[in-house]
Amino acid sequence: MTYTTETVVVAVAAFLALLGAAFAHDHLFAVHMGILCFCLLAGTVLLMRRIDVSTAGAPARIDPSGYFDEVVRYGLIATVFWGVVGFLVGVIVAAQLAFPDLNFAPYLNFGRLRPVHTSAVIFAFGGNALIMTSFYVVQRTCRARLFGGNLAWFVFWGYQLFIVMAATGYVLGISQGREYAEPEWYVDLWLTIVWLAYLAVFLGTVLRRKEPHIYVANWFYLAFIVTIAMLHVVNNLAVPVSFLGSKSYSVFSGVQDALTQWWYGHNAVGFFLTAGFLGMMYYFVPKQANRPIYSYRLSIIHFWALIFMYIWAGPHHLHYTALPDWAQTLGMVFSVMLWMPSWGGMINGLMTLSGAWDKIRTDPIIRMMVIAIAFYGMSTFEGPMMSIKTVNSLSHYTEWTIGHVHSGALGWVGMITFGAIYYLTPKLWGRERMYSMRMINWHFWLATLGIVVYAAVLWVAGIQQGLMWREYNSQGFLVYSFAETVAAMFPYYVLRTLGGGLYLAGGLVMAWNVFMTILGHQRDEAALPTTYVPQAQAAE
Amino acid sequence: MASILDKHKIIEKNATLLLVGSLLVVSIGGIVEIAPLFYLQNTIEKVEGMRPYTPLELAGRNIYVREGCYVCHSQMIRPFRDEVERYGHYSLAAESMYDHPFQWGSKRTGPDLARVGGRYSNEWHVQHLSDPRAVVPESVMPRYAFLSGADLTVKDVGMDLKANEDVGVPYSPEMIAAAEADMKAQADPNADTTALLARYPKAKVGDFDGDPTKLTEMDALVAYLQMLGTLVDFSTYDDATGYR
Repeated sequence: MTYTTETVVVAVAAFLALLGAAFAHDHLFAVHMGILCFCLLAGTVLLMRRIDVSTAGAPARIDPSGYFDEVVRYGLIATVFWGVVGFLVGVIVAAQLAFPDLNFAPYLNFGRLRPVHTSAVIFAFGGNALIMTSFYVVQRTCRARLFGGNLAWFVFWGYQLFIVMAATGYVLGISQGREYAEPEWYVDLWLTIVWLAYLAVFLGTVLRRKEPHIYVANWFYLAFIVTIAMLHVVNNLAVPVSFLGSKSYSVFSGVQDALTQWWYGHNAVGFFLTAGFLGMMYYFVPKQANRPIYSYRLSIIHFWALIFMYIWAGPHHLHYTALPDWAQTLGMVFSVMLWMPSWGGMINGLMTLSGAWDKIRTDPIIRMMVIAIAFYGMSTFEGPMMSIKTVNSLSHYTEWTIGHVHSGALGWVGMITFGAIYYLTPKLWGRERMYSMRMINWHFWLATLGIVVYAAVLWVAGIQQGLMWREYNSQGFLVYSFAETVAAMFPYYVLRTLGGGLYLAGGLVMAWNVFMTILGHQRDEAALPTTYVPQAQAAE
Repeated sequence: MASILDKHKIIEKNATLLLVGSLLVVSIGGIVEIAPLFYLQNTIEKVEGMRPYTPLELAGRNIYVREGCYVCHSQMIRPFRDEVERYGHYSLAAESMYDHPFQWGSKRTGPDLARVGGRYSNEWHVQHLSDPRAVVPESVMPRYAFLSGADLTVKDVGMDLKANEDVGVPYSPEMIAAAEADMKAQADPNADTTALLARYPKAKVGDFDGDPTKLTEMDALVAYLQMLGTLVDFSTYDDATGYR
């Protein structure tokens, strides 16, 4: 009996959730605890079924490598699943802005669905990608099995539970009202526990490594895990109204709260979406290109510079607000300086391909990784530019910010993750290659086209919006009412929905490709051209 | 330079050093930028007129947070000519001093709401929230008609005031004790609101949602919107000294 204790613990937790629902201070908490109870009961049943049998009736899989890869396989499937969900909700909320009749009150109104989209993409898709790849990478680069045995399973399932509780909370109307940190206090506490377990598994594996050096990818993963723990705990400090209630009030208020939140918010970008994914880049790009990292020294310098400077950049989200000027200026200066270590990472990633540039033509997976790094370079140039106060006076509060975030999230985070998924899937399931290389190519172009449409449209929309808000006529009156500036956004809102739709379509192609690869199929298709054949020139 | 970088292998071979080093390096920026905000005079100054939210306004604010209004509406007017003309005096730090959490927002899909209080009638707000496009044809806002049908069920609103008091909002024991009664009285056109107005000066009283017989979520949200940005009297506020 392998999972007896675990089964009992989960069953008891389910009972406690039921008690929480019964004695809830408010209605929302009761419903939320009901959902938790249902999830835990489902978990209990699954665990009971697993007590003797593994993976849905299949014979127990023994990793010949000696590594703990089953949790990575689950993580990969979760990444693909949440990716598609996140993109889908993104397309829905984008469509709601163009066609407001698509709002279905109260549960599916934009205000409640938008956090579902942001959390699904950042924390569910991005988070699963980071946890899954870090578990894979740390084992390979340390030549050690994951530390803690089933603790890694706790991290995986605990994280999925966090996602479900966060998302159902938003739809029900349980929100702290802090961007990218919307989950309420009890969900935050749960994430803290899961995250510390994650740190234990990762650090424990590093500590039992058989390699003398800690590989550079692991520096980034470690810095990401530790910093996110710090940011999450400080930013979510709150006093609950009742320990059986869903509502809490943040410890900080006003200016202090604003800067704490954006210190968190910007470093969710800096550490969750950058440092962690740089860790991914430092393993998968050299592996797929079969080349060593371009510069070891550059990686040292840009690692320490990046993690030091990112933390300071938060105030650029608060330019010209009631935040003191000195803090704004400090935020701006560090944001501009941040350009350099960011490009240090880009250069190190891109130059790793030196001597293997031809693979961009022949290998769609490398192509995906290269465009990811290119978008990383693009958005880490755009970001410092937007953090300059004069630029920000125009761009702040407009769609430009949204466009910027998406060129980073879709271009960098999405593409590097897709590259890692295509690298990992055949390896994890012991297949020779992906089901279809041509579908990877399709995914590449659908996603790239989607990002380009999305970002370009929102650049134009944002700049137009900012200019319309501040336009004066010759008599010194404002030219446009606010309502007119909203109406002017309509074509852009439609086009951005289209861009998002293309990206979602790419995601669906990937999901099918991964699914068929796992099942062990290979698509009967003509191989992608691997050598350059000059076209015969027509006679003059 | 090269010799310093060569020393990096010490950190590279010691996971604890790497962990502690990273944590130290990422702590500095936050400490330097955030900690002074709790002490510097211009971030903690008090401005005349600021008071804690009434229980009904607080309940309305919680609905504002619950519905995610902050994802499309800012509450932070920047000191630019166009913004000041469009929305009113630029926002002061003190004006959000009782906001747990702050709701400055980061996006204006809709207009800024920092000073929306008193700009429109209660009836306008109810109509606009119920069907935004009936009032503003260009609007892309979702409908919030369900708020009119939802009874305001805040179980023991005094506990909410108490939690706010725990995090520094100066609610007196008297305010906490009278919270439930104050919440009902503010939206009741027949109630005696003398004590309420003494506790919470400038509070808007009376029926908000057009149905005096019921206390609904619409009452609470409109009460909150109608007080936004109205507490500080800018006809007597002196920009130069930043104080009265």
